[in-house]
Amino acid sequence: MIVPFSHVLMLAGILFLLGMFCAVARRNLIMIVLGVEIMLNAASIAFVGASVRWQSLEGQSFVLFILAVAATEVSVGLAIIVYAFRRTGSFDPGAYNILR
Amino acid sequence: MTLYSFIFYVVAAVIVASTAVAITRRNLVHAVIYLIFSFFGTAMLFYLLGAPLLAVLEVIIYAGAIMVLFLFILMMIRTESHQELMFPLSQWLPAALFGLIYVGVGFLTVATTPGTEITLKMVLATPREFALYVFQRQWFSVEIVSLLLLVALMGALHLGKGEKKNNGEDEV
Repeated sequence: MIVPFSHVLMLAGILFLLGMFCAVARRNLIMIVLGVEIMLNAASIAFVGASVRWQSLEGQSFVLFILAVAATEVSVGLAIIVYAFRRTGSFDPGAYNILR
Repeated sequence: MTLYSFIFYVVAAVIVASTAVAITRRNLVHAVIYLIFSFFGTAMLFYLLGAPLLAVLEVIIYAGAIMVLFLFILMMIRTESHQELMFPLSQWLPAALFGLIYVGVGFLTVATTPGTEITLKMVLATPREFALYVFQRQWFSVEIVSLLLLVALMGALHLGKGEKKNNGEDEV
């Protein structure tokens, strides 16, 4: 016996909200990508908890694919960030107005 | 309260605390190190919830590969000289307030939904069972994910290569 399922869901919710706060309130592209990582991590905690709740392996296989998506997103995202940094010399999303 | 639930609450508290510290750091290297703590805690949680293979993958991929990638980028680019501007308090306070309201409503919803009060039993999905399940039932998703990783590799290569060409020649 571990804990009620609701506590796992609440932990995932708190983590998701922390990641969302990081992605919305910080003005640094690297911190925004970190916030997206935290959100994906929270989603995988919810999936593993649901996999235990329903005694099914589908939740765990979803977490495997979330890991792959997170790795993809980070590699492409950081490549774009480095490219943007070399073009504008800043990590602030507000500085990307060279189209103006 | 059994030993397992005690471990769960301790690990959950550590995860939430280290994530909260990480997202408020000004220094990006400190933020990444605190997030590594958070991901180690998540790996322990996965182990507790009966997913040992996922716990190992969490340490290798999240805490190992992804965070080291972040550290590489931070060390390639000097970030200390760039002061981060924060939004004024009056701008993000309403957003935080609405977020807290949603947390309260979400907690109420989770607590009142039938079925969420069920106590989780200790289970264990051995890596052998898990691998058999993934490659027998989910083989098509595995193929799609491999295609996604190939596309990401090509995209990252293209972005890195185009930059070098621009440096050598004049601005087109």
